[in-house]
Amino acid sequence: MSIDPETIKKERSTGWREALRAKTKNKDRIAVERVHMPELEPGIRVHHQDREVNRGLSLAQASLEATRCMDCVNPTCIEGCPVSINIPKFVKYIENGEVLQAAATLKETNALPAVCGRVCPQEKQCESRCFYVEKLNKPSVAIGHLERFAADFERESGSCNIPETLPPNGIKVATVGSGPAALAFAGDMAKFGYDVTVFEALHEIGGVLKYGIPEFRLPNAIVDFELENLRKTGVKFVTNFIVGRTATFDDLKDEGYQGFFIGSGAGLPRFMEIPGENYNGILSSNEYLTRVNLMGANSEDSDTPVLKGRNVAVIGGGNTAMDSVRTALRLGAERATIIYRRSEVEMPARIEEVKHAKEEGVEFMTLCNPVEYFADKNGRVNRMRVVRMGLGEPDTSGRRRPIVLEGSEFDLHVDLVIVAVGVSPNPLVPASLPALKVSRWGTIIVNEDNMQTSLPEMFAGGDIVRGGATVILAMGDGRRAAEHMHAFLETKRT
Amino acid sequence: MNKIVEKEYFSEKVVKIVVEAPQISRSRKAGNFVILRVGEKGERFPLTIAGADPERGTITLVVQTVGVSSTKLAALEPGDHITDLVGPLGQATHVEKKGTILAAGGGVGVAPMLPIVEAFKKAGNRVISVIAARNKDLIILEEQIRQWSDEVIIMTDDGSYGRQGLVTTGMEEVILREKIDECIVIGPAIMMKFAALLTKKYNIPTQASLNTIMVDGTGMCGACRVTVGGKTRFTCVDGPEFDAHQVDFDEMLMRLGGYRNEEKEAFDHFHHKCNH
Repeated sequence: MSIDPETIKKERSTGWREALRAKTKNKDRIAVERVHMPELEPGIRVHHQDREVNRGLSLAQASLEATRCMDCVNPTCIEGCPVSINIPKFVKYIENGEVLQAAATLKETNALPAVCGRVCPQEKQCESRCFYVEKLNKPSVAIGHLERFAADFERESGSCNIPETLPPNGIKVATVGSGPAALAFAGDMAKFGYDVTVFEALHEIGGVLKYGIPEFRLPNAIVDFELENLRKTGVKFVTNFIVGRTATFDDLKDEGYQGFFIGSGAGLPRFMEIPGENYNGILSSNEYLTRVNLMGANSEDSDTPVLKGRNVAVIGGGNTAMDSVRTALRLGAERATIIYRRSEVEMPARIEEVKHAKEEGVEFMTLCNPVEYFADKNGRVNRMRVVRMGLGEPDTSGRRRPIVLEGSEFDLHVDLVIVAVGVSPNPLVPASLPALKVSRWGTIIVNEDNMQTSLPEMFAGGDIVRGGATVILAMGDGRRAAEHMHAFLETKRT
Repeated sequence: MNKIVEKEYFSEKVVKIVVEAPQISRSRKAGNFVILRVGEKGERFPLTIAGADPERGTITLVVQTVGVSSTKLAALEPGDHITDLVGPLGQATHVEKKGTILAAGGGVGVAPMLPIVEAFKKAGNRVISVIAARNKDLIILEEQIRQWSDEVIIMTDDGSYGRQGLVTTGMEEVILREKIDECIVIGPAIMMKFAALLTKKYNIPTQASLNTIMVDGTGMCGACRVTVGGKTRFTCVDGPEFDAHQVDFDEMLMRLGGYRNEEKEAFDHFHHKCNH
């Protein structure tokens, strides 16, 4: 999915853009310091699971930050965006005081800008390709913060545009799952005039946005607002429904569904298969975060219990690990430690999450890996053995391969361990479709150009295809699938 | 929301409910389970389906009150709705004609055993069922089990009904008497552990249906993990039935106690609220 360079050029040469560029000299733009995102004080926020850490930019802050952008002739930032948002255009709208236009620009290519502005790893995507980074060796324009600002501004203004939809064509299509990939797909198909139903196995819509990402990073109200917008465009939501189980794909075809988008996610948590890993008090980040985020186990009136630890170790270096360790602090841990087998440079987590975690008092034990767990007489973990690691040559992921340093074992006292070392694709859907082609890792094989699976009426995207990626990539898949399913169903009709 | 259409007390603590769930009533197979949630603050928990009537569009569940969630479910009356119900989940029982099947059910385990016994009988097997409980009041579904069994042996701990003794006593008697081709055991983990030890002694292939802690029930959380043949498996997607001789029941028993303190706290809190 990309914008045609000619369009970008043409839009850049519109009068208002030229006038803006003429108004402020690049020298003065460069002189502006990158904005700092206002944050809740670490000492306060560690006591509140439900208070968002980043408070968002003010209009004045956003306008000033937007002036830093030089509206480059060759906007490489767009190349860094997985869904090719027309970044200079939306940033310049903010500079020009037309924030609702900025939001509309975001929505041309991004179904959930308020979400992406919060959870995208911008420093690895658009911001890494900013002229400031590539040529000036300065901090990039805060594209992520500005994206969030525009989306929040629009939501809070109450003048949210419901995208125009084509007249209903009466064709029923379904999504399997309700995470970012499925929601992006559903939004586009509704715009094309389809009768879209989103089927979700859990009792809440939103997938990882609800069960995975904590309230302090992505408030549920933000997700719910986007869901409400989808509802207004005619998308239907069905919870507690496992396609392939509750009813088969054939049952749904009999009910008139002509196309399916499988976005069932990477459900299965990985464990390390080391001795003692099944002791009580050792759980997957999925379990821990689901109990807290989806089931509200941190609140008094929830029936769902959650284990609280004094000495909590979280294994892994991704965003899920950061979400888990920061949740543990908010649930009262005295000591919360990240244990990661590589060094901080290789950590896949967003830089901001690592920064926030450190500010909150999370300890980082990098180049360390657990090898065994020990428990008390009731089977509750009380100690873990950790080995130190070194780094060798880069592996297939491009990161340096961790190597065990023999004889470097040491023990740590822990009473709660959260394993956040990745997930595998959920087998439920592929298992119900024997003819569907899957890889040896269990991911669904698609034609990458159009996201079509080996079964022509089925398209797939997100983690069930990629194995584990980001919200924005999942959404990009959903949108590409919608475009091509639309074309596919059109051809079938004629 | 799924409406409860029927409710029957098997004993003070064991309740049978019939729930509207048209799609699940058609798609479920013997051995499948559902995940339920009662109330907006409710916990998700699994229950194995005890029966289904596709024409009426209902499924039957049997619940024993042990904690907050089961108490809340058992307190619902016909006409009330279960907030969330999803399924069918888990692998279905592998049913085929084997010869003679010995099915052993303990306590409320007899409820999920019923559809399995029915399926094996319908597949042309000779079925001998041993149903066991602490006392007469806790023996459930006897008539229904009889309908699909060639012989039923009832065991009670206190001898108040059937014969006195543990489920394994009844099982061993049958095993010594005739050739058993396969055993099915469903009940409390401790009962399944000893039943599995017994059939291992006699080298009879045995399936156990495990009831572990679960949150989502779709493979996502891993709370239900068990060690089977030295490998970690997920009860929700790989099970709930496993080769009983390979299951590490001691680990399973330990893991079932994983939230005991938290559950007790919640239960006390719940009672405190109910009494005020």
